[in-house]
Amino acid sequence: MLTDLTLAEAHARLRAGEITAVELTQAHLDRIAALDPQVCAYLIVTGEQALEAAAQADRRRQQGEDAPLLGIPLAIKDVLVTQGVPTTCGSRILEGFIPPYTGTAVQRLFDAGAIMLGKTNTDEFAMGSSTENSGYCTTHNPWDLDRVPGGSSGGSAAAVAGHMALGALGTDTGGSVRQPAAFCGVSALKPSYGRISRYGLIAFASSLDQIGVFGRSVEDMALLMNVIAGHDPQDSTSIDAPVPDYVAALTGDIRGLRVGVPREYFVEGMQPEVEHAVRAAIEQFTALGAEIQEISLPHTSYGLPVYYLISAAEASSNLARFDGVRYGPRESQGAMWPTYKATRGHGFGAEVKRRIMLGTYALSAGYYDAYYLKAQKVRTLVKQDFDRAFESVDVILSPTTPTTAFRIGEKVDDPLQMYLSDVLTLPASLSGIAGVSVPCGFDADGMPIGLQITGAAFGEPTVLRAAHAYQQATDWHRQSPAL
Amino acid sequence: MTAYEPVIGLEVHAELETASKMFCACEVVDSTSARPNTAICPVCLGMPGVLPVVNRQAVEYGLMVGLALHCEIPAFNQFARKSYFYPDLPKGYQISQYEYPLAVNGWLEIDLPDGASRQIRIRRAHLEEDTGKLTHVDGHSLVDLNRAGVPLLEIVSEADIHSAEEAEAYARKLRAILQYLGVNSGDMSKGVLRFEANVSVRPVGSDELRTRTEIKNLNSIRSLARGVAYEIERQTAVWESGGAVQQATMGWDETRQVTVVQRVKESADDYRYFPEPDLPVLEISPEWVETVRAQLPELPDAKRDRYMNALGLTRYDASVLVAERAVAEYFEAALAAGGDPKQLANYITGDVFRQMNLEGREREEIGSLRLTPQALAQLVTLVQQGTINHGIAKRLLETLYAEGGDPAALVEQQGLAQVTDESVLAGAISAVLDENPDEVARYLAGEDKLIKFLMGKVMKALRGKGDAQIVQRLLADQLEARRV
Repeated sequence: MLTDLTLAEAHARLRAGEITAVELTQAHLDRIAALDPQVCAYLIVTGEQALEAAAQADRRRQQGEDAPLLGIPLAIKDVLVTQGVPTTCGSRILEGFIPPYTGTAVQRLFDAGAIMLGKTNTDEFAMGSSTENSGYCTTHNPWDLDRVPGGSSGGSAAAVAGHMALGALGTDTGGSVRQPAAFCGVSALKPSYGRISRYGLIAFASSLDQIGVFGRSVEDMALLMNVIAGHDPQDSTSIDAPVPDYVAALTGDIRGLRVGVPREYFVEGMQPEVEHAVRAAIEQFTALGAEIQEISLPHTSYGLPVYYLISAAEASSNLARFDGVRYGPRESQGAMWPTYKATRGHGFGAEVKRRIMLGTYALSAGYYDAYYLKAQKVRTLVKQDFDRAFESVDVILSPTTPTTAFRIGEKVDDPLQMYLSDVLTLPASLSGIAGVSVPCGFDADGMPIGLQITGAAFGEPTVLRAAHAYQQATDWHRQSPAL
Repeated sequence: MTAYEPVIGLEVHAELETASKMFCACEVVDSTSARPNTAICPVCLGMPGVLPVVNRQAVEYGLMVGLALHCEIPAFNQFARKSYFYPDLPKGYQISQYEYPLAVNGWLEIDLPDGASRQIRIRRAHLEEDTGKLTHVDGHSLVDLNRAGVPLLEIVSEADIHSAEEAEAYARKLRAILQYLGVNSGDMSKGVLRFEANVSVRPVGSDELRTRTEIKNLNSIRSLARGVAYEIERQTAVWESGGAVQQATMGWDETRQVTVVQRVKESADDYRYFPEPDLPVLEISPEWVETVRAQLPELPDAKRDRYMNALGLTRYDASVLVAERAVAEYFEAALAAGGDPKQLANYITGDVFRQMNLEGREREEIGSLRLTPQALAQLVTLVQQGTINHGIAKRLLETLYAEGGDPAALVEQQGLAQVTDESVLAGAISAVLDENPDEVARYLAGEDKLIKFLMGKVMKALRGKGDAQIVQRLLADQLEARRV
């Protein structure tokens, strides 16, 4: 089946003229039509535009053109703005909003010939770990429809896991590509802060947000990274540094690679099968010639409170613009303040409102020093843990999440329990460094387990090389759910 | 009875006349005349997903002002978000500067009407973005975002100002500096330059700071002076009557010439400032500062000193000429056309300003007069050369002011040249003396002042064109000759 190809395989066949982009796109649209009513990975499927773009890609190829992603159908998380296509962030407050422009990363995909199949579901404004906070629907895990796909990029993870896209863009603020990748048995990369332009990424927490990629292999992610990485004059926080060839970095050779295993990441309450699978993966690295050492990241436990203060503070400010004045539904009450209150009160869901309140409080006069400023200082300590670690190791191995995917509804009433599912991904986000999650086994219920490989800032080539070498030696990433 | 003294600080918002906005590429347009919402883009509309990019020109304009105000320029600059909800603020926050402003600790020298000058300290100047504008029509509010994102420099003085006159002098000087730098037109009617005054009063000799009010809606420098003066009187009366001034934002009512309470402040506003995470720290190197310093034009104080030292003008004349960039430019254009500096200064600060006052024209409009600087220079030269006398020159200036034209040609056409022929002058004098025997007799009897009366009669007979010095000499001679 065409939908069983990896992105790299599909690309090779398109190039060889063995398949057309229209066939490839139609196959994905058919699968979406058949399966997505149960999975709900997509908020909107742009089938017509996708087929049009595919036909154009085929014409270009017939004329002898080629491009890095010419004819490749992908899914885009709905927090990335797309001109002319509704973009909601999974929020009712942006229901019906059609952006007047396309963000940089998505535009780079289009320029490279990629085809957008649709926009994928997300926790509202990317705030959540299960997509249950979406204002529209809950995405179901393709491995077990009663379980969550993780979040916030649960829609993109489920689309790739369910073979409803060859790859996808997500966003990661505290683990939002790595955690759903672990839950759905796919690969995801959160690049270093500044590696990919955030222009067109609807901000949740500006100092943490980063666009990430999903694939069914490390090679697929490298192909996507080669297209979207790089400086953007419209994002002053994007780094003006040369972009390495991520595909060329996949040598398959990790002999002598120095691998750290942080003792703080094997937390109490961790699912035994998760620890077991990750320990087995570490042995695999030894077998491949890597040198393993135990390390310490002593401030790990502060990651969660620091993250929830900083991200909520920035979110409270970033979400101020959703006031119903210029876009989105307005609940007019005549006077200004009642209109603001009704629009925002009804437009935002409970979790978003919780974080706006938390962040507003943390930034208030009299509390700023004790919360926001203190959190920024501790953030520096968390980052320094990694700086020190990377003096002696090249990558750090750990579980991506303490448990496999939980059941839908299991944690919705307990935000703190929900937040804990990101406890192992938050420190890398706070530090702005690179991290991937790749499949490394299954639990007794057949749910995927994720291995997190973290590298230094702009260490994507090393991280991807390590992950790729692991995938060359294992076949966890080749397993697919029986939908 | 206790005497009170005012304590005043001024906050100035100056739009910077850059080509594009503070954080996007949109054109900066005249927001009073441009069609609403035509100079906008996703960034200044606060569309989801957009990011700001700092306008380098705006930073340099801000640096120019900071340097002109003798400020320190810290190397570490940081933008911050100031949060509040209002429909003219698209993002729900204004990108401003808070802890780390562009310029700090400067001063401005003001010239007072009594000839004294004082330094007013500048606390800080920081960059930010302007808001949009609301228009209220039939119970609806219309939002125009052309102005949203236009670069603003907020300049905050210390509370060093102690009278309405000083506040006015500060405003005039600051506006002149902005105009000299070419970063702001100074046109307060268009809102590109906005003053807010913080005013309190206290017993003379005390160093306490009593409750202050903030005056807004000051649409001209005159309104600023009047608003501040009114507020000083009002507050003084409140304290004297045993009351207490309430902290409030006051609005100046131009028609009624009073301040009215706009909003009573019970607690300080909480704008929840925090560093703008979308912009990296702005580092300003000493080299950058020096590059900008080297580009500064001659500023009013330096120009005034040059007028005094090189052109021999009085401090008063020089100060008046440099107070408006347009006036200084007019003066220098006339100077270039060959006029005598002192005479030009006299005519500009005297007759030309008088004519403009009669018409209610602002001094900055001097460049658009029908009386060109070249014509004024020629007029002054004609007087100096003795071709016309001062009286004729004054009349001619009125004609030139009203109608324009070439002074030499007008003198020729209208026969205004001075009469210096002594036989013509002597004839006119003897005729006047013959017609006024009583006055002549009384003069000869010792009433010296009557010579002025006779002089006037003679000049009138000569239709003002007689050479005054010669007439005076011949008149004295003829009177002596009539002494019996």
